[in-house]
Amino acid sequence: MSVEPVVSVRGLRKRYGQVDAVAGIDLEVERGEIFAFLGPNGAGKTTTVEILEGFRTRTAGEVSVLGVDPAEADGAWRDRVGAVLQESNAEPGLTVRESLQLYSGYYREPRDIDETIALVGLQEKAETLAPQLSGGQRRRLDVALALIGDPELIFLDEPTTGFDPAARRTAWHVIEGLRALGKTVFLTTHYMDEAEELADRIAVIAGGRIVAEGTPGTLGGRNSMASTIRFTLPEGTGADDLPAELRALVASEDGRVTLTTQTPLVHVGALAEWALGRGIDLPDLDVRRPTLEDVYLELTEEPA
Amino acid sequence: MTTPAARGPVALVLHQGSFDLRAFLRNRQARFFTLALPLLFLVIFNSVFGGHVVGPGPIKASAYYVPGIAALGVIAASFVNLVISITAQREGGILKRRRATPVPAWVLVGGRTITAVGISLVVVAGLLAFGRFVYGVKLPTSAVPGIAFTAVVGSVTFCVLGYAVSTFIQDEDAAQPVVQAIMLPLYFISGIFIPNITLPPWLRHVASVFPVQHLAAGFRHSYLPGAHGIGIVWSDIGVLAIWALIGLTVAILRFSWLPKTASG
Repeated sequence: MSVEPVVSVRGLRKRYGQVDAVAGIDLEVERGEIFAFLGPNGAGKTTTVEILEGFRTRTAGEVSVLGVDPAEADGAWRDRVGAVLQESNAEPGLTVRESLQLYSGYYREPRDIDETIALVGLQEKAETLAPQLSGGQRRRLDVALALIGDPELIFLDEPTTGFDPAARRTAWHVIEGLRALGKTVFLTTHYMDEAEELADRIAVIAGGRIVAEGTPGTLGGRNSMASTIRFTLPEGTGADDLPAELRALVASEDGRVTLTTQTPLVHVGALAEWALGRGIDLPDLDVRRPTLEDVYLELTEEPA
Repeated sequence: MTTPAARGPVALVLHQGSFDLRAFLRNRQARFFTLALPLLFLVIFNSVFGGHVVGPGPIKASAYYVPGIAALGVIAASFVNLVISITAQREGGILKRRRATPVPAWVLVGGRTITAVGISLVVVAGLLAFGRFVYGVKLPTSAVPGIAFTAVVGSVTFCVLGYAVSTFIQDEDAAQPVVQAIMLPLYFISGIFIPNITLPPWLRHVASVFPVQHLAAGFRHSYLPGAHGIGIVWSDIGVLAIWALIGLTVAILRFSWLPKTASG
């Protein structure tokens, strides 16, 4: 196995008229990882993915996917790449199994059809006409169709948009299964929990630029960001009554007091000591570290 | 023409065609418009004009209508059916998904065309058999090769035109009205619905520019092969070939596998 990255992007730009939809981005995806590409609608996500899939041309930059420039993609390259597109209807008039038989004929060394149906959990539906499947089942069939050629790399463009929570869990389970097969997965989504659940690494795009890159735990300096401590003081007590070391941390007081701290344990301890000393309880006490959602919203915030 | 698929090019086109055919046979609307409607037209026009004699020569109306409706059957199986299904598949992202696989474009086009040619031959055979046994329209064995050849050339021509016309249609809802708006007037002026001898000369000149009239005329001449050698009139076939070239040029310049209505 080569050590060169599966996807490598340098200075990628795509210009529409006067606007840079993608304004010079760098990306690297290693073999076997699940890489999540996050961003709000219109941030340049789908444009980037479609360039990587060989569906769109680029204005500038270097792109290599499996060692090949996708702008010059041929059949041999497509044999190694699978794509679950953002919007694609079921094959009309064909059952789940027939859809897979049709697509398996396109590849040099396709996977076993029954095994692939089982992988996406559609055994019960194998003989059902594809257009009659539910939205979640149809998306799983899409994954199976992208997988039938046994690709090294799979693009998943917003695979769970519009799903109910149960269908999303099932879809996540299927994507986890791709990791077990050793596939490299390039996932785009605008759901934080999806990226957090599935991804080894995340890049966030906003306004055509990469604004952050990291693991779910460290993205945007999340690991070093301040935690918040929140509580409500009883009637007759105010934030001014807190000991000085806590008073210095008060970020806001509007009925509920919010403290921000880099050392939550130390300050929760001090707060507890102070409250117990005064014989008061803090029943709604809440300590929270920033969620990926908080980080993401901060990163992708439109300039006011 | 190498493909990365495990099977060879011919087998791959047949593979594609067999699944396209299966999808066609399961589509009730396509079945009705392609298989049932031409037969219905044949029955209706023969009921209305059955006893009459048309044309400059003494031709029985049934002998006139069978080849004309056969042309309509070929157009329904090739042009109408193809424009509607291709537009729906393009806008639904199905063509794009297929293009994300290693399958070459010519396999997808070839498979779809072979399906249309096969269905056309079945429709024409059915109409001729119906004409022979129900209306007693004579069908000499010597006419069969000419009719089959005309059906194949007509079907391929109208498939190519279907690919060309689909590039002007925005979405699947517009496909059915557009194909009917193109074909209905042509059926009326090209001797399919009414014998064109009853039309004013200028209208016949207009009709002679378009391929519909030449396909119908081609079938009609094949029917009476005694008068025309093996029953192939090369001027009619030539006009069809010119339209096929026009269609091919437009399709190559304009055809896209991606949805027109896609959002950013």
